[in-house]
Amino acid sequence: MSMSKLGSLLVVAAAAVSLSMPALAQSQGKVVSESDLAKWDISIGPDGVGLPAGSGTSAKGATVWSEQCSACHGENGKGGPAGDLVGGVGSLKSPEHIKTVGSFWPYSTTVFDYVRRAMPYNAPGSLSDDEVYAIVAYLLNRNKIIADDAVMNAESLPKVKMPNADGFISYWPLTKQ
Amino acid sequence: MTSSKLPPLSTEEHAAGNGLVSRRWLLRTGLPAASALGLSSGLVHAKELEVPDWSTSPGLDLTGYGQPSPFESEVVRPKLPLFPEGIGDGSGVSFTPLEKLAGTITPNGLFFERHHSGIPEIDPAKHQFAIHGLVERPLVFTVEALLRYPMVTKTCFIECAGNSLFNSFDEAQQRTAGEIHGLIGNAEWAGVSLAQLLDEAGVSPQGKWLVAEGADAAKMSRSIPIEKAINGDAFIALYQNGERIRPEQGYPMRLVVPGWQGSMNVKWLRRIKVVSAPVYTKDETSKYTLLQKDGKSRQFTYEMGVKSVITSPSPGKELGAKGLYQISGLAWSGAGRITRVEVSADGGVTWADAMIPDQTPARALTRFQLPWQWGGQPAVLMSRATDETGAVQPTREAWYEPYAANQLFHQNAIQAWAVSNNGGISNVYV
Ligand code: HEC
Repeated sequence: MSMSKLGSLLVVAAAAVSLSMPALAQSQGKVVSESDLAKWDISIGPDGVGLPAGSGTSAKGATVWSEQCSACHGENGKGGPAGDLVGGVGSLKSPEHIKTVGSFWPYSTTVFDYVRRAMPYNAPGSLSDDEVYAIVAYLLNRNKIIADDAVMNAESLPKVKMPNADGFISYWPLTKQ
Repeated sequence: MTSSKLPPLSTEEHAAGNGLVSRRWLLRTGLPAASALGLSSGLVHAKELEVPDWSTSPGLDLTGYGQPSPFESEVVRPKLPLFPEGIGDGSGVSFTPLEKLAGTITPNGLFFERHHSGIPEIDPAKHQFAIHGLVERPLVFTVEALLRYPMVTKTCFIECAGNSLFNSFDEAQQRTAGEIHGLIGNAEWAGVSLAQLLDEAGVSPQGKWLVAEGADAAKMSRSIPIEKAINGDAFIALYQNGERIRPEQGYPMRLVVPGWQGSMNVKWLRRIKVVSAPVYTKDETSKYTLLQKDGKSRQFTYEMGVKSVITSPSPGKELGAKGLYQISGLAWSGAGRITRVEVSADGGVTWADAMIPDQTPARALTRFQLPWQWGGQPAVLMSRATDETGAVQPTREAWYEPYAANQLFHQNAIQAWAVSNNGGISNVYV
């Protein structure tokens, strides 16, 4: 058998093998269920899909705030060394604009997502879901976005319209530029 | 070397004003062939050569992991914590000392850092990486499993979207080239194709975006268009410049999205979730968005713009005697290859083409050079890069035009270094 004939036979054989094997058979990964991924699956988009059970109000949030957050972000969400989270609403066009959760963030769900994943800075993940809802309620309330008695939960939170929701211009896809 | 020893420049060899010399002159003189320079007469005599101690006794023993010479101990990353002590320890940056390096590859120990909650100490035997969401079968991989795949290798830069932030200040800041522009590094990365892993998981037709997430305490997360992975160039890097990625660069694995904002190259990668739309994480809403004067903000501005900086001469690398110098610097673009770098010595009045390699790499650093005859006069050195899409690096004024005060992301404006008549160099806005 000539070398070229042997070569083409091998190619045919290899193609047959890869066609007969499902993609999964080649994977070096292990199949995992979404429920086994639950502790990691913490991304919350504007549609609120994935928000956990639980709820909170700004009154409850005020307590969590002073215990867990105020040292770095200030007594009322202002003036702390880690940056303001309250105030500045309507200031974005002015040279003295202040970017905060209230004035700048387009989606309320991002507040829940971020606080749950990363705050308090020295112990992320230590708050209960109820406490996170309460903190989010507190921040939205102090920014005058929701009423004092508003209850934040998986249903109500995604419905909150943020003051700067329409303030962003998407530069993706690139052709838009 | 003084100017009197060099062959006279013909008019056509003056590439641009204030002493910039064309590459033709360089070719004619054949630097560094001294004979062609006619240097045999009038040279200063060196002293008699002695035999130093290190040539007369055996040196140090073998080393398991080599370290730079102790004489290079000042070549380090300048650190900049972003919060007062005890408030955000571990959230900060350190800069690649660009002006202390040559060539285009950033050594691993000098590659810039930006962490949002410190460097996690990850045991690679326990680290896991999951792909899930809008897929047929969620998969989880160990490091060991990923190392069984064929390796893809790519040289590209990673640049923090906040690089050059100091040039957004009203007053020009007196810092070194690295302390201003050093939130960039360039490396050869080796790892696994993300498209292949996504294929194994089986992306559903609704899957249009990826959420990439790190295993650090900030669980840094970014939404990424799936095109960057499928039919794109994104990959999961396990090696940097031949060795396993350092802890501060994402050990044991990081996402690499060539040419795009640094923070999308998620370090300590633990999870990619396939989703139908971006999730609008904190770092693609509150941060890494560009506030304009009109109060609106640009978002998802992924590609890092065309940019260049002269690293020599530059602050801290003052000029000595008058004479011949090599202007040298780095140019790059997130959109592809660098096609041209121009240099000016008169503050942008006249420009000369710098020398760049015939084949410049896409989304990786390019080194440019141009000879300069400094006669002791004040000068303003600038470089201006063009990429293969035709994009030209803007002036600081033009770059700033649409943006609100203090907007600092995607700063790719032309850098100007003022040279004084005593050879001192400072950062100036022109
Ligand atoms: C020890 C100090 C500290 C504490 C306590 C703390 N934070 Fe933070 N916070 C930080 C730092 C530092 C950052 C910036 C992190 C980064 O670099 O990405 C931050 C960022 C934030 C942000 C994003 C700000 C923005 O504009 O992008 C929010 C929201 C936030 N923290 C909420 C909270 C909440 C809620 C708590 C209490 C549960 C809390 N923080 C407790 C230090 C702290």
